[in-house]
Amino acid sequence: MDNIVVEALIRALSVGTPLLLACLGAIINERGGVVNLGVEGMMAVGALAAFAVASSSPDANLWLAVGASMLAGAALASLHALATVTLRANQFVSGLALALIGTGAAGLLGKKFEGLPLFNKVNDWNLGGFVINPFTVAALLLAVVMAFYLNSTRSGLTLRSVGENPAAADVLGVNVGAVRIWAVLAGGSLSGLAGAFLALSYRASWADNMTGGLGWIAVALVIFVGWRPLRAVLGALFFGFLYYLQFRLQGNSPVPTEVFNAMPFVLVLVVLALAGLRGQQGDAPAGLGRPYVRGER
Amino acid sequence: MRFVPLAAPSTARASLVTLASVAVALALCALIFVFYGVSPAEVYSTMLRGTLGDSTGLAEVGRRTIPLLLIGAGLAIAFRAQFFNIGGEGQLLLGAVFAAGTALFVPLPGPVLLPVVFIMGAVGGGLWALIAALLRRLNVNEILSTLMLNYIAIALVTYLIAGPWKGKDVRGYIYTDSFPDAANLPVIAGTQVHWPTLVLGVVVALGLQWLLSRSTFGYALRVVGENPGAARYAGISSARVMTVVALITGGAAGLAGAGEVAGIHHRLLEAGQISLGYGFTAVIVAWLARGNPALCLITAPVMGIILAGGDLLKIDLNMPFRVVDVFSGVILLCLIASEVFVRNRVVWGVRA
Repeated sequence: MDNIVVEALIRALSVGTPLLLACLGAIINERGGVVNLGVEGMMAVGALAAFAVASSSPDANLWLAVGASMLAGAALASLHALATVTLRANQFVSGLALALIGTGAAGLLGKKFEGLPLFNKVNDWNLGGFVINPFTVAALLLAVVMAFYLNSTRSGLTLRSVGENPAAADVLGVNVGAVRIWAVLAGGSLSGLAGAFLALSYRASWADNMTGGLGWIAVALVIFVGWRPLRAVLGALFFGFLYYLQFRLQGNSPVPTEVFNAMPFVLVLVVLALAGLRGQQGDAPAGLGRPYVRGER
Repeated sequence: MRFVPLAAPSTARASLVTLASVAVALALCALIFVFYGVSPAEVYSTMLRGTLGDSTGLAEVGRRTIPLLLIGAGLAIAFRAQFFNIGGEGQLLLGAVFAAGTALFVPLPGPVLLPVVFIMGAVGGGLWALIAALLRRLNVNEILSTLMLNYIAIALVTYLIAGPWKGKDVRGYIYTDSFPDAANLPVIAGTQVHWPTLVLGVVVALGLQWLLSRSTFGYALRVVGENPGAARYAGISSARVMTVVALITGGAAGLAGAGEVAGIHHRLLEAGQISLGYGFTAVIVAWLARGNPALCLITAPVMGIILAGGDLLKIDLNMPFRVVDVFSGVILLCLIASEVFVRNRVVWGVRA
């Protein structure tokens, strides 16, 4: 019995890791007032970049691969920053375009990596009998750091003020555009990192569509956890557990496979509707989703 | 660099900016192709020669234009109401499911069957979009909800064709039995252009344009989209407008789904075979048309060229079909990023 509980927890943490990383990225993004729905795309290019670097030679540097994933995510995010912050484009549609570009470009450029072996995957750590993935450790630490950053540092306060009330921040001498661009780039690099986990450790391979909708779930998760990094840990664990159940019950139950495939997406809808009923949208940064133009309200 | 708002942006300016943004998009895609290792000239010439260059190609463009026109015209009015329905894919699939269910299991006399198949298709698509409209009342962002509904629709189709609706005559494959002959749409000889759906698409595009620009509902819709505050003062219920808009756009996508199964496949089959991403591509059709359903008569064939061209790239240059997503994404991004140049004049230098 104990074994099942421990196994479930570890699997849930494991599947929850990319969700957590991407969700933390989206939180930084959105606390700065910019929505980026392109997480799925940034995750895909992050996964490809990491795999491309890691598989380039048997003794390729994995740190380099991780760095490449974050750079790739940020590079794609910079298009979003340019479109939405500089050119004031609709953030929601720009994010959608980003998702298409990212998954499309990763699928196209990644074709030659399909089915290739990964010689040096990122292995789990054994911490005194407790086996855990380095990415998971990093994601958990990051959640704590980010909570501290947002709540207790001056720079975090500036970021939040830019998301809540850009006009007031502007009056106080904050460069709203610059802060927002940094938030978008930081968000992109974390989404890329989420992709690196999939390509270097979880699947340790490259396949088209390997993100499989995780990015979209991460975007919805942000609303569910009320834009709070520490709650994101619980949220990611919850959805990770659902995925674990999906693996576990598939084939062993009278319920058809398709029900399990659809379950995470149905649950996202339910969870969003519940968050809406509880009025949790009220936790959203007040300036979220709107371009800031000086002198306009 | 700063932007100075123009009092009245002209149509000429909008057209020029649209053309320029598409040109920039094609140039950006060219860069990606260089990176991929094929010459952009080869990509573009393959696409153009194989689509506009011969009659088979033209027919392929026509076939893909039909669903893009129907979904795009519906989305055009949705975007005018600021209802960002990106669930055209799921709504098309539900339309196909309802249409197939009717064709396969409802015994109706020959001449009545096809109209009922289309009506049920519209009902299926409309109901799927209605879920998103109702969730929006709970403040659930419709981009997220319609997207989740896409994934759920795909699972539903797979469940039906592998489970309860699996054909009795098919072994090993997952799809339903063929529709009865009375449920099959006529096509232009030698092509897969099911012309009744094409006619329907033209009628829907023109009808929605009339609705948008001439009817009371169209006026309410535009007010809700352009100035929700004013709509509230004027006593226009934005929730009700959203519900009707969702039913219309979902219904149009449902008609497209009915057309695909009744006109081309004659059975319900896997989601990826029913739609080549029509739902997403139609977002660009509607955006290129700047929210005018009638203009989709021009923009749908343009995107039809890209979809048909993507197929050619797969066959002739052995490129993954994902190339279509790259085109779609880059064009969409360039379009919305250029919007600011339609409504503003650019002034270089710092504020005086």
